[in-house]
Amino acid sequence: MTYAIQLQGIDKRFGAVHANNKVDLAVETGSIHGIVGENGAGKSTLMSILYGFYQADSGTISVFGNAYRFTDSQQAINAGIGMVHQHFMLVDNFTVLENVVLGAEGGYALAAGMDAARRELKRLANEYGLHVDLDATIDSLSVGLQQRVEILKALYKGAKILILDEPTGVLTPQETDELFKIFAALKQQGVTIILITHKLREIMAITDQVSVMRQGTMVAHVNTDATDESQLAELMVGRKVLLDVSKQPGKPGESLLKVKQLNWSDQHGVARLKNINFDIKAGEILGVAGVSGNGQSELLDVLTGISRLQQGSIEVLGKEFTAKQPFDAATMRTMGMAHVPEDRHKMGMITDFSAAESAIMGYQQDSELNAGVWLKPELVRQRCSELMVAFDVRPKDVQLKSANFSGGNQQKLILAREMERSPDVLIIGQPTRGVDVGAIEFIHQRILAMRDAGKAVLLVSVELEEILSLSDRIVVLCDGEITGRMAVEDADERKLGMLMANVQESHDPLQAQMQEAVQ
Amino acid sequence: MSRDRKLAWINGLLLPLLNVLTAFAATAVLFLLINVNPWEAAQTLLYGAFGYSEGVGYTFYYTTNFIFTGLAVAVAFHAGLFNIGGEGQAYIGGLGAGLVVFALFPELSPLVMIPASIVGALVFGAAWAVGPGYLQAYRGSHIVITTIMFNFLAATLMVYLMSKVLLEPGQMTPQSRLFPDNAWLPFVHDVLANFGIKVDRSPLNMSILLALVVAILVWFFLWQTRWGYAIRATGRNATAATYAGINQKKIIVVTMCISGALAGLVGINELLGYHHRIIMNFHVGYGFGGIAVALMGRNHPFGIVIAALLFGILYQGGAELAFEWSNISRDIVVVMQGLVILFCGALEYMYKPWLMRWLVPVSDSAKGAA
Repeated sequence: MTYAIQLQGIDKRFGAVHANNKVDLAVETGSIHGIVGENGAGKSTLMSILYGFYQADSGTISVFGNAYRFTDSQQAINAGIGMVHQHFMLVDNFTVLENVVLGAEGGYALAAGMDAARRELKRLANEYGLHVDLDATIDSLSVGLQQRVEILKALYKGAKILILDEPTGVLTPQETDELFKIFAALKQQGVTIILITHKLREIMAITDQVSVMRQGTMVAHVNTDATDESQLAELMVGRKVLLDVSKQPGKPGESLLKVKQLNWSDQHGVARLKNINFDIKAGEILGVAGVSGNGQSELLDVLTGISRLQQGSIEVLGKEFTAKQPFDAATMRTMGMAHVPEDRHKMGMITDFSAAESAIMGYQQDSELNAGVWLKPELVRQRCSELMVAFDVRPKDVQLKSANFSGGNQQKLILAREMERSPDVLIIGQPTRGVDVGAIEFIHQRILAMRDAGKAVLLVSVELEEILSLSDRIVVLCDGEITGRMAVEDADERKLGMLMANVQESHDPLQAQMQEAVQ
Repeated sequence: MSRDRKLAWINGLLLPLLNVLTAFAATAVLFLLINVNPWEAAQTLLYGAFGYSEGVGYTFYYTTNFIFTGLAVAVAFHAGLFNIGGEGQAYIGGLGAGLVVFALFPELSPLVMIPASIVGALVFGAAWAVGPGYLQAYRGSHIVITTIMFNFLAATLMVYLMSKVLLEPGQMTPQSRLFPDNAWLPFVHDVLANFGIKVDRSPLNMSILLALVVAILVWFFLWQTRWGYAIRATGRNATAATYAGINQKKIIVVTMCISGALAGLVGINELLGYHHRIIMNFHVGYGFGGIAVALMGRNHPFGIVIAALLFGILYQGGAELAFEWSNISRDIVVVMQGLVILFCGALEYMYKPWLMRWLVPVSDSAKGAA
């Protein structure tokens, strides 16, 4: 048996953090190998070492039997390793062809290199079934196609081993299926694939072997067909976790949030929200499903007063807001609305601030915290340590810089800040993005507890599982429009996926078959 | 020592110190090139700054100005604004201080006169900054461009006022008449004389106490009030600030007012404290020097006081150098300032990787965690 990659005794420390502790990994040539683990388990560090971003403190790397010591990623590329990052590294206003040759132009005159590249890309596209219009600009492509360009780029640079970091995070279920077909084609052509993900279902569906990391160490290597999701989850966290949330049926009360005929255009005049209508009752969770970038962020921003309302109305606890009365995030907070933003680094906290300072963000005007203009430091710190206890944020150091907490703990701190005041309306975007399994369970329980306490919750998430397991009702956003709404009992991933891509039901082959059968 | 503590020491003390020393080393090379013995030059400089009580007075007198302008730059910087307009704001602040003095009855008690004049300096300094602040917040005009333009506006306005309006009748020099005695801030040598301590006359006046008090107030304002919180939030992460319900436009305008007001206090030290009349160009160099001071002082009031002292030493010691050595002109101070700015500002982190390797080795930090 030959190995594409063999890592032995890889050790890497970042200051106090032992990111990789004597990690071994062997990936068979031509296989699809999954690496799973909680956030901060060391997966990304390990792959960064393999790709030459970091150098290991000790340990050896061998690729196709040859020992290497990569000091930059160009050397890894030369050795036949390609990486597709979670966030694409593409120039939006370049064409596919221009993006692929970027950094590999082959001389000062572009034309000759471009022609050669075009021929080579056509060959690759045919060989692997990776069809993309080479002259389309990136911004005109869907996310799924952009990812395809990333894969092409890696193959064009001669990759025989592809590392993909959370590749399905931004894809619709249909796009995910397409991607898996590409994986199968690549595998058939002898390309080795390393798949980093936290979606166990995908691991089960596509990989041959799977390695599990926990707290910087490799805890298991197993053949995929000899394991199952719950075993992997247990290995990841070191204990049994509930993947399904147990949920009591909701007892909806009166409407606390009503959104009517909401329209919103961005600064370029592009309509981002089109005629949005919904309401959320007390004791109810409304899930907003959709592929990211289809108006969810804009909806959150307009509802919470971050972006200015342009058309339509928002009614919070019976008080109506229209475009005529400007309001900001502070107004909405005093109305009893709390907001857990989608992006904790960009919006939810200030990474340079101490935890205590981040923990009062949005509530800095609070009369309890202030004596006149004096923002009492002991009270601010005390508030933070209370939140840390309530949501088990670790480490419990209120003076530590917000940036130095792990993603899950940052998220818990933000959730604590927004939930502990028991707001009547809770707006949550991506509550568990980049959060490990243990924390996900905790966060889900907290969100359900808010609902059971009679609060109205708007939940925006790109994770369908999350939407399905938490929501009472679901609306689907596609291109700024609500393309479907249903009770959770009537929803499943497939149905939501169709609506997320705004595919008409009649185009659905299954549906068509059923219709035929009926006729 | 834990890793965080070590990092704090490296960033807060070791790096600035090394940077300043490098700047001095570069100056030494320069001195060698113009046939000046750097060792002797350093001695002359330090003697000029600290060797006799008049020199000490001058050093602290310059320091006072740099504290005001350094704080002005720092406050704006915490909101993410680069206030280049300290020069103009200081100049107009001085005008405000003087105009208030002339507007009041000369017999008025100093206890009323001086605070009123200080308020005049604050208000006029702020008024000179509010325009650029407004243009930045509501019209998107870049603060760097507008504050520079306002410096020129201030200069021409003052030329006009000094030559046409405020000129003392029968005088050729463009300066106003003398302030009444009640508007004079006491000199430090006079105050000390009251306590029986005899020091030589120097321009050093009670403004230095004002500067230190203001430094403490700025610290309190930035780190202990919700307004300071809002300013720092805006500067660090504007999106998060909007999320937190902070009105950024308002913050920008208010911060620029505070920044301008602080710069305006230079007028108090210069005019109320020393010249006792409105004169031309008392402000030159302090506004820009304040940028370097704020940079060196890491935008923290404590650091700014230290950095301002260094610049005070350079100013006074440099004057001594120019006086003692025929082949050194006063401009050498500007060169030294430039080198300090180069190494403390532009090359701020030059030594950091090297220091990290030597002082915070990986194994050590692991021990710290254990």
